[in-house]
Amino acid sequence: MIRFKLLFKFRYSLITIITLLTVLNSCTTVKEYQKNKLNDAEMNLSSRKIEKTELNFQSYREGASGANGGKTGGGCGCN
Amino acid sequence: MKKLFLSVIAMYVGILSAFSQGNPDSDSAYKKRKLTFQEANLVSSYYNQNGNNSAVTGGIGTEKLSDISNSIDITFTKYDRRGRKHSFLGEIGVDHYTSASSDKIDPHTISSASHADTRIYPSVGWTMENEQKGTTVGAGLSYSQEFDYQSFGAKVNFAKKTNNKMGEFSAKLQGYLDQVTLIYPIELRPANGGRRDENNYATTPRNSLSASLGWTQIINKNFQLSLEADIIYQQGYLGLPFHRVYFADQSVHVENLPSSRLKIPLGIRANYFIGDKIILRSWYRYYKDDWGINSNALQLETVVKLTPFFSVTPFYRFYQQSAVNYFAPYEMHTASDKYFTSNYDLSKFNSDFFGAGFRIAPPDGVFKISHIASLEIRYGHYHKTTGMNSNIISLNLKFK
Repeated sequence: MIRFKLLFKFRYSLITIITLLTVLNSCTTVKEYQKNKLNDAEMNLSSRKIEKTELNFQSYREGASGANGGKTGGGCGCN
Repeated sequence: MKKLFLSVIAMYVGILSAFSQGNPDSDSAYKKRKLTFQEANLVSSYYNQNGNNSAVTGGIGTEKLSDISNSIDITFTKYDRRGRKHSFLGEIGVDHYTSASSDKIDPHTISSASHADTRIYPSVGWTMENEQKGTTVGAGLSYSQEFDYQSFGAKVNFAKKTNNKMGEFSAKLQGYLDQVTLIYPIELRPANGGRRDENNYATTPRNSLSASLGWTQIINKNFQLSLEADIIYQQGYLGLPFHRVYFADQSVHVENLPSSRLKIPLGIRANYFIGDKIILRSWYRYYKDDWGINSNALQLETVVKLTPFFSVTPFYRFYQQSAVNYFAPYEMHTASDKYFTSNYDLSKFNSDFFGAGFRIAPPDGVFKISHIASLEIRYGHYHKTTGMNSNIISLNLKFK
């Protein structure tokens, strides 16, 4: 059973790494004038301003936090 | 000859006009050196929740809580003589909540002072971006105050773009020096009520340090992603003094948790623009800490641009966590347990969060008011497998 779990974990990590390498390898150079879609306000690579209170209540109501550009712990009576 | 003469005159006029001094007011470089208002955001939310596993009453009893929060941030920018862009950010937030379970800290009162509280949290920040070098440095300070909690925070950050500006590396260091006020449940208070003197309760420190590394990458003109890895170390009083724990022998105790915690969250965010009208936003986080929590969170959002200025965004978030090693429900802990909590936020559960929002950003301003650049409203419903439910509605107004 343990061996099966380890094998599953290894396969899962391998698939993730291969997917990431494939995606990163497919990068093409984008000129500034081609970035109109990337510069769209809703393409921003961070949580939206309106999510501020949502992220706050999640950090109180859940044991995990971080890796979303916001709070990582501390600064409030949350977990 | 006449043509040549006219050509020389035209060239002369052309050169003169190229070198002539423009009106300072219309000279963009001159204007940018002034401190300029960039944008302001007002975010208001109403949140309410209900459930039957309050940590204040040892894992049983109402979790009913409502919270109204308002925050406003304002950004000014300025270019210095070397062409570097300085951004100055100021923010203030005020939350006011009422909590039925907090009122049970002292259940003998009909409605004690603890049933409601206000949290005020101002912060300031500065960033300097060198567009030529592709570097950004920044720093910030924050403060938070509520009746039983006080926090001072500081951060520094650095970012560097790759030469082709397709990728960016970022690093951030953050620290919080917090003080937890020791307000114990009424039946567990020491003889003097836990007060340091007649007017003040005793306090104890909780410190948090975090380091974050990030990488953002443009894949093509429709697709970009970011990776973020944090490492967080907390030390001090990490429980809350008014959380009761009932043991199997029916004795009551204050929650007791280890005095340090190491958290490691890893996140990936990917946004894809499909065609001209749909944006897929996705976020995934894996989290692990040394208290025993393993967690996965996945959020998917679809932005549908019904017109260039109006979009609708349904979203769904799935969250799963294992319990901390020190959790047990009401009357399940025993005297042999070194650490103990009945806080269901640290128990094993799954949660679903779903809802939708819309955003209006017309070119002539919202309601034809040119300074209101966009208006966004978003509603979400949250459900935990422990039985807790909550609703949140938020509003964001952006001023330019």
